[in-house]
Amino acid sequence: MKLNTRINGRDLCLEIKPNATLLETLRQAGFKSVKYGCGEGMCGACAVLIDGKPRTSCITLAGTVEGTEIITVEGMGNPDKPHALQQAFVDAGATQCGYCNPGSLIAAKALLDSNPNPTAEDVKDALDGNLCRCSGYVKRVEAVLSAAGSVTKQKKSTRGKK
Amino acid sequence: MAKTTKKTTVKKTATAAKPKASPAISPIPEAPRFFEKPETFNQVSHSLTKVDAMGLACGLQKYVADVDFHNLLHIKVLGSPHPHAFIKSIDTSAAEKLPGVVAIFTWKDVPRVMRTTAGQGFPEPSPYDNCLLDNKVRFVGDRVAIVAAESPEIAEEACSLIKVQYQALKAVFDPEKARDKDAPVIHDEKDCRVPIPIFYDPKHNHCSHVETSVGDIKKGLKQADFVLERTYYPHYAQHCPIEPHTCIAYLDENDRLVLRSSTQVPFHARRITAQTLQIPIKKIRVIKPRIGGGFGGKQEVLLEDVCGLVALKTRRPCIWALTRAEEFMTARTRHPMVVTIQSGVKKDGTITAISMRIISNTGAYGSHALTVLSNCGSKVLPLYRVDNIEFIGDTVYTNLPVAGAYRGYGATQAAFAMECQMDEMAEAIGMDPIKFRQLNHIKEGESSPIFKALGEGREGVDMSIGSCGLEKCISEGMKRIDWAKKYGKPGTGVKRRGIGMCCLMQGSSIPEIDMGAVFIKMNEDGSFNLLLGATDLGTGSDTVMAQIAAETLGCRHTDLLVYSSDTDMTPFDVGAYASSTTYLSGGAVINCASRVREQIVAVAADMLGEKVQDITIEEGVCYGKGRKNSVTFGQVCTYAMYEHKQFQIGALASHISHASPPPFAAHFAEVEVDTETGEVKVLKYVAGVDCGNAINPQLADAQTQGAAMNGISYAMTEEFIFSDNGRMLNPNFGNYKIFSTKDMPEVETFLVPTYEKTGPYGAKSVSEISINGALPAISNAIKNAVGIRLTRPPFTAEKVLAAIKEQAKTGKSAVIRSGKVAAKPARAVKKVAKPAAKKEKPDARRS
Repeated sequence: MKLNTRINGRDLCLEIKPNATLLETLRQAGFKSVKYGCGEGMCGACAVLIDGKPRTSCITLAGTVEGTEIITVEGMGNPDKPHALQQAFVDAGATQCGYCNPGSLIAAKALLDSNPNPTAEDVKDALDGNLCRCSGYVKRVEAVLSAAGSVTKQKKSTRGKK
Repeated sequence: MAKTTKKTTVKKTATAAKPKASPAISPIPEAPRFFEKPETFNQVSHSLTKVDAMGLACGLQKYVADVDFHNLLHIKVLGSPHPHAFIKSIDTSAAEKLPGVVAIFTWKDVPRVMRTTAGQGFPEPSPYDNCLLDNKVRFVGDRVAIVAAESPEIAEEACSLIKVQYQALKAVFDPEKARDKDAPVIHDEKDCRVPIPIFYDPKHNHCSHVETSVGDIKKGLKQADFVLERTYYPHYAQHCPIEPHTCIAYLDENDRLVLRSSTQVPFHARRITAQTLQIPIKKIRVIKPRIGGGFGGKQEVLLEDVCGLVALKTRRPCIWALTRAEEFMTARTRHPMVVTIQSGVKKDGTITAISMRIISNTGAYGSHALTVLSNCGSKVLPLYRVDNIEFIGDTVYTNLPVAGAYRGYGATQAAFAMECQMDEMAEAIGMDPIKFRQLNHIKEGESSPIFKALGEGREGVDMSIGSCGLEKCISEGMKRIDWAKKYGKPGTGVKRRGIGMCCLMQGSSIPEIDMGAVFIKMNEDGSFNLLLGATDLGTGSDTVMAQIAAETLGCRHTDLLVYSSDTDMTPFDVGAYASSTTYLSGGAVINCASRVREQIVAVAADMLGEKVQDITIEEGVCYGKGRKNSVTFGQVCTYAMYEHKQFQIGALASHISHASPPPFAAHFAEVEVDTETGEVKVLKYVAGVDCGNAINPQLADAQTQGAAMNGISYAMTEEFIFSDNGRMLNPNFGNYKIFSTKDMPEVETFLVPTYEKTGPYGAKSVSEISINGALPAISNAIKNAVGIRLTRPPFTAEKVLAAIKEQAKTGKSAVIRSGKVAAKPARAVKKVAKPAAKKEKPDARRS
């Protein structure tokens, strides 16, 4: 069957199997940032924005996203023009193995889009579904708070150590 | 060309091509090497940006499964439903008829080559007790048949169509009963063996045995004012890398087998795959792309043999990606253990004797069985000065999931027992537990006989402590947790608070066993390719190595183009384990970069018409005497490549270590215990670490935070729940709970800088040590809050409440004993709180 959706700003028509998950559909379409971690919606490695809402793509049937707009972390920014969150993750040292970063950045973007001035507790709530085994989460929470500051001040986060 | 260039004769004495006339076979010195300490650090000791960070944050880095292959086959492996059984027959005919099934392999179709999956140096100190496929299964999930199909769904369906007749055998799950006379023999096959001359008695499920003693244990116990004995039960756990094990295999244009694998040990993976498939090493190339975490789990050659087999037999590319459930049930775990410590202490705080006896459960196969066991002693016992020590360890086979390497590697389990015992001893003599530790812990210049007594399958290496910041870790940590104010003040309400602490040590590489090598070549823009065997699995070692190289060469770390772990392209390295990468491979980087620097200096001297000894280097520019003239690195390389006496500026170097200097740490936990529900909340956790001179403080800090959080999660919630049949019942993140952001306590970490002369720019290891602290620090904090000693983690509300009730009943501190069979923790949780066993003798006064 055909799936019409807008992914990272591009209108795409993808050929999918009726039982395909959004995770495998996105990966087959080349959006490799979307990762498999558990296949049960428990770890958040596969999170994407569907019409602005963070969703675990591994338990989302591709057929259900017809006509929606999807954002993956590739759509947030690139090394030439990174999103403030991506820059903040780099600066805060919140990228370790990095496998969970795409999902957690998506969850963080969803948070900042709806709440530009979150508290640390808000950040912990928003990222609770994104498991990470490397970091202990400390630098990730710092990064989101720092990006929030820079987004609201409409300026780039500063480089270097805190 | 460079305007500062001057033609002069090349000073022959300075050309780096000069090989040192050494009669030794190896260029590496036999004594410990002390690396030169520069006056200032430009690249090292700075929190520079991780070289792959932006690519990771933008989702651009490629992990194993992130490349597309035409005609890719998908592999599924049928797992055993029985914990112990012979395969009487396998009928694959129905599965073969399923459209889309391309190949099926059973034990009859593959060569029987006994090997170990433990990715260790050769010959491995782990038994050769398994093969590609066997006619016997030894745990639930053990390999029965391999299916390759056009899609994962077809492969899975084909697995369900394979008809297997099993002859079920009696199984054994309790490590304390595994060596009983009537226990079933798990490895009754004739061809299991150990490749090195070490103890191995599979007929009694006895996988390894380590025994060593110092002084006279009996005498030591006699000298004591108090003798205490207690048993601790560190439990099963899984690494839970967010990327499960994944491997892609294909044949390249020269018909060689390429394995693109999520491995911590690419060179061992190449060797063991060649051994298993009976093909030459030269036929295989292993590529390690970005890896989504390993923590020891990927120090195991788990998928490469199967993928290699399928690619060779079908001549098609294939992928095997473990599901999360398979990761839990069939990948590796932490060795659960039964650790009994008997210790003697004098009223003045002298520890007169420590006897540590361990039964380690390796599950169905003996991966890392001996070395994890040895590490229990070698990474824990040297921490305190004790004249009389006894260490007796035994690893046993059971029909449970297979244990292996896991961050901490035995030290986690033994430190839990030892550090709880330290608190118990302090309590017995009425001394503050910190004062007691300060009185006894090892200090700079001191040694421990354990270093030599306990090696890895052979004698260890004698050494003395060259750097120790433990004292500062303790004093700073006390301030941060507010020890003076909070210790021993639980309050009186329903919720009581307590604090606890522990001291830790680990090692840095396996001395005189591990080797790492590095190749550097220079490019004409002044950049360098840094090709290393060392394996970055998310730790940041690519960045750390670039910083060390840049410091040595005199440029920026971004001038190093790092490529690591490709058996065709990079030199050898044992891989990422044993806390070795920064310390060991970093040494190889200095050795290599120094040679390259010599070549740069020689060329620059030639270009500038200066003496070699007058050349100085700063930020990629070579200056002549008095900085009157200069050439850039780019000009130097261009000159050497194109203009005069051309050669490639570059070098290859290796490093081994003659010591394994321990990093030290002090961890502190503050908990709140609800005495009505038993719920324990970790309120604050403080971890101070001496990792020598941190090459990249931000990355070292990240390692500490991550390890501490993993340790806390292990102590509080992580647990394997087994059925009566030895099947793990909770192989998913819903029921095997790892900490997420909302579970985070307040975590404070800090580094205590010391300078380790044998380490590259003063560095020691940092990655493993901090996973060891949570079990003892939290157990000690709970004891401080409510007076109960928990010896069976995780510290769930059920266990805590049962122990509190027991204490109320008996009026004294209870030792929680939650069920006897390791295979039944789920039930055990509910029927906790049996009275303390007789052999528990807290506070038993001897004289």
